[in-house]
Amino acid sequence: MFRWFHRLASLRNFYRLAEILMPWLAVLCAGLLAVGLYRGLFVAPADYEQGESYRIIYVHVPSAWMSMFIYMVIAFCSALFLVWKMKIADIVAEVSAPIGAAFTFLALLTGSLWGKPMWGTWWEWDARLTSELILLFIYFGYMALRSAIDNPSTAARAVAILALVGVVNIPIIHYSVEWWNTLHQPASITKIGKPSIHISMLIPLLLMALGFTLFYVVNMLARARNVILQREAKTSWVRERVSEGRL
Amino acid sequence: MKEFLLMGGYWPYVWPSFAATFIVMAWLMISTIWQRRKIIDGLKRKLELEKRESKT
Repeated sequence: MFRWFHRLASLRNFYRLAEILMPWLAVLCAGLLAVGLYRGLFVAPADYEQGESYRIIYVHVPSAWMSMFIYMVIAFCSALFLVWKMKIADIVAEVSAPIGAAFTFLALLTGSLWGKPMWGTWWEWDARLTSELILLFIYFGYMALRSAIDNPSTAARAVAILALVGVVNIPIIHYSVEWWNTLHQPASITKIGKPSIHISMLIPLLLMALGFTLFYVVNMLARARNVILQREAKTSWVRERVSEGRL
Repeated sequence: MKEFLLMGGYWPYVWPSFAATFIVMAWLMISTIWQRRKIIDGLKRKLELEKRESKT
C-alpha cells in the first residue's frame, strides 16, 4: 500500500497515469452531461410550485456541490502535503483552486438567477448565500496568497495551512439552512431518509452531479500535468518527452 | 419548440443560468489547453537553444 502510494506520488508516474485516464473519463463525462441535460430539460416534468424555473437546479446544485467538494479535496491534499511533504498533493491543491472558485461563482450566479423569480430578490444576506460568498473569498485568498509568496515551498506550506483553517466554513455552508432561518430551502437530497424530490427529477440531477465531478477530475488532471511539466522541466524524462514530441 | 424555449415565461432566468455554466466550463477547458501549449512551446524553445549552444 505504502509503496503504491509512493509510486503514485512520483510526478512522472502521475503524469503518465493522468495521460491514460483522461480520455476515458472525458468521454464518460460528456456522456453523463449529455444524458443529464436531455433528461433534465426534456424528460423531467415541470415543478408543481416553481414551474419550469426549477430546471436551474440542474446547473445550480451540481455547481454548489462541486464548490464544496473541491474545497474538501484541497483541504485533504493540504493535510497530505503538510504531513508527508507529498509534492503531488500540493500540485493537486494548487490547480483545484481556480476550478473550485469557478464553480463557487457559478453556484452564486445561478442561485441569484433562480432567486429573482422565486424569492423576488437577486441577493439576500442570509446564512447560506453569505457563507457561500465567503467560500469564494477563501478561494481568492488561497490563490492570492500562493502567488504573493516568492519561495514555492514556503508558499505551499502557507496556503496548506490557510486551506485547513478555511475548512470550518464547509459545515457552516452545509448546515446553514438548518441552523438559521434562511430564505434558501433546506436540502432535498442529502437529508436523512427519503429525498423529497421525485425520481424523474432526481435522476438527471445525479447524472449532472456525476458529470460535473468528472469534469473537475479531468480538468484538474490536465492542469496538474501542466504544472508537472513546468516543475520537472529540467528532468531527463521531460526532456526526453519534449525531444520525442511525446507530450 | 417555442414553448420549450420560453420555459413557461422563466426563460430570462433559466437560459442565462445554463449559458453561464457552459461559458465558465468552456473557459476552464480552453485556458488549460492554452496554458499547456505555452508551456510546451517554452520547453521546446529551451531544448532547441541548448542544442544550438552545444554545437558551437
